[in-house]
Amino acid sequence: MKNAIEVHGLRKEFKSYSSRSGLKGAFRDLFSRNYKVLRAVNDISFSVKQGEMVGYIGENGAGKSTTIKMLTGILTPSSGDVVVNGMNPHKEREAFVQTIGVVFGQRSQLWWDIAVQESFRLLKKVYKVSDEEYDRHMGHVIRTLDIEPLLDKPVRKLSLGQRMRCELAAALIHNPPLLFLDEPTIGLDVLVKLKIRDFLKEINEKYNTTILLTTHDLTDIEALCDRVVMLDEGNIIYDGALKNLKETWGEGKEVQFQFLERVELSALEKVTQELHVKWELEEKEQHFTAYTTDEANAVSDLIGAVISSFQIKDVKIMEVSTEEIIRKIYEKGEV
Amino acid sequence: MDKYIEMIRIRFLMMLAYRTNYYTGILIYSINIGAYYFLWKAIYGGKETIEGLSVLQMTTYVAVAWMARAFYFNNIDREMAMEIKEGKVAVELIRPYNYLTMKTMQGLGEGIFRLFFFSVPGMLIVSLIFPIRFSADIYTWALFSVSIVLSFLINTQINLLTGMTTFFLFNNTGLIRAKRVIIDLFSGLLLPLSFFSQGIQEVFKFLPFQGISYVPSMIFTNGFSFSETMQAIMLQGMWVLILIVPIQALWILAKKMLVIQGG
Repeated sequence: MKNAIEVHGLRKEFKSYSSRSGLKGAFRDLFSRNYKVLRAVNDISFSVKQGEMVGYIGENGAGKSTTIKMLTGILTPSSGDVVVNGMNPHKEREAFVQTIGVVFGQRSQLWWDIAVQESFRLLKKVYKVSDEEYDRHMGHVIRTLDIEPLLDKPVRKLSLGQRMRCELAAALIHNPPLLFLDEPTIGLDVLVKLKIRDFLKEINEKYNTTILLTTHDLTDIEALCDRVVMLDEGNIIYDGALKNLKETWGEGKEVQFQFLERVELSALEKVTQELHVKWELEEKEQHFTAYTTDEANAVSDLIGAVISSFQIKDVKIMEVSTEEIIRKIYEKGEV
Repeated sequence: MDKYIEMIRIRFLMMLAYRTNYYTGILIYSINIGAYYFLWKAIYGGKETIEGLSVLQMTTYVAVAWMARAFYFNNIDREMAMEIKEGKVAVELIRPYNYLTMKTMQGLGEGIFRLFFFSVPGMLIVSLIFPIRFSADIYTWALFSVSIVLSFLINTQINLLTGMTTFFLFNNTGLIRAKRVIIDLFSGLLLPLSFFSQGIQEVFKFLPFQGISYVPSMIFTNGFSFSETMQAIMLQGMWVLILIVPIQALWILAKKMLVIQGG
């Protein structure tokens, strides 16, 4: 299958000016300014197949948005090759953008003062979509996203969730084979998030649309993407299945106990001293948490040892969450 | 082409979205024309003509200059500055159209709207208060129409240039304000250019500004002879062509340097 996105050695550098301190410094800045060259994206390479849904994640300032802007032809790369949908985005911008849809979660692409349907009508003309095609495709999109009642309202009167659904519909007017979503669920409630996720899955299945998604909400990634590309300080630190990440990083299990009577931490440690267990006490609720290894019988040994000595009110066995894994990786800065 | 016409329609809708803006717009135009009328009447005092223009020609000049201004004037430089400052230009660049052409079309939409819905009602109000002589000559109207279309193009091109400087300066509010004052003065809106001293008039001949207001107003008031008119329109057309060069150059440079502000 052909690749929707091919990136080789992509780099983007920015000049960053720094101000000198004080009034004297400010005057000196008028004539000459200090600057550093910052590398926002550092020689990255990856490719995305047609029909894939890829999560593009990283801390704030890791270079995610800069990459997206180069892939969509807005920014010119400092060096490297980008081929998206078989074209060079910034060189053939007008022909290229006809084949992509973009949603920037923090910027609106609808016209603020006028009704949503007027924006749609303009975009329909801009992308040269025929009436039949529009009715067939957009009719479906409008029904699925449930935005029919919003069409005659000006954008400024919509709530964030309503606006976001309209933004998504606007990005799909020309039914593009490739969709870039830059934090599409930022600030949305659970119901709207679910609706948007279901909708994205549906168009992916129906039209084999490739989707590249950046987000800080990892539940989005878990729900939608099989593959994640993780960025840190402009470098790709992980590119692969989300599942593998969980298996290699999700070391150990957590077991949480609550007891009927009062129990000392030292007593617990004594009972389990043969096992590789680390205990933690949450004072307010009297929750005792044991961190153990991934060995097959570790959990049963631990519970057996505790039950034989204490009266238990409640036990919870927890897996390490994706969020926890990602946090660990961000802190360490490598995979 | 369809999309550009649609943009003009959208601009109409945007202008109509706020009714109060619309009504105050008419009022402001009437007040401006009125103020200059009384100012010039005071300056003329008892005199028949100044610099070859009669009182009636002068008041017509003022009224027409403002009416033409409604058409050629637009705020796309300020809009571009804002879009670039807030990073909205990113959204414009992911659409399959030329940003500058689209901005010009938005300006045209605004201009047509103002001409028919600000200027014409404003003129009617003003003509009730004091005498303005409209030419009955169809050729004058035709030449005037051609001339204000060219005025629009020159002014819009200057606005595009000013707007694009935001890509390099990041904040150019001062520049935009300075540009507006320079155009009002050097284009002959506030004062016919024939009132300036000879030396300054020579300098103006080498600047595009007189093509914005002075030329169409002089055509309308029959202040130009036929050959002068033709020459002036040719000069306007030449400026339109000349200004394309720096616009394209700046645009190519801007795209290379582009930094989207605010993430």
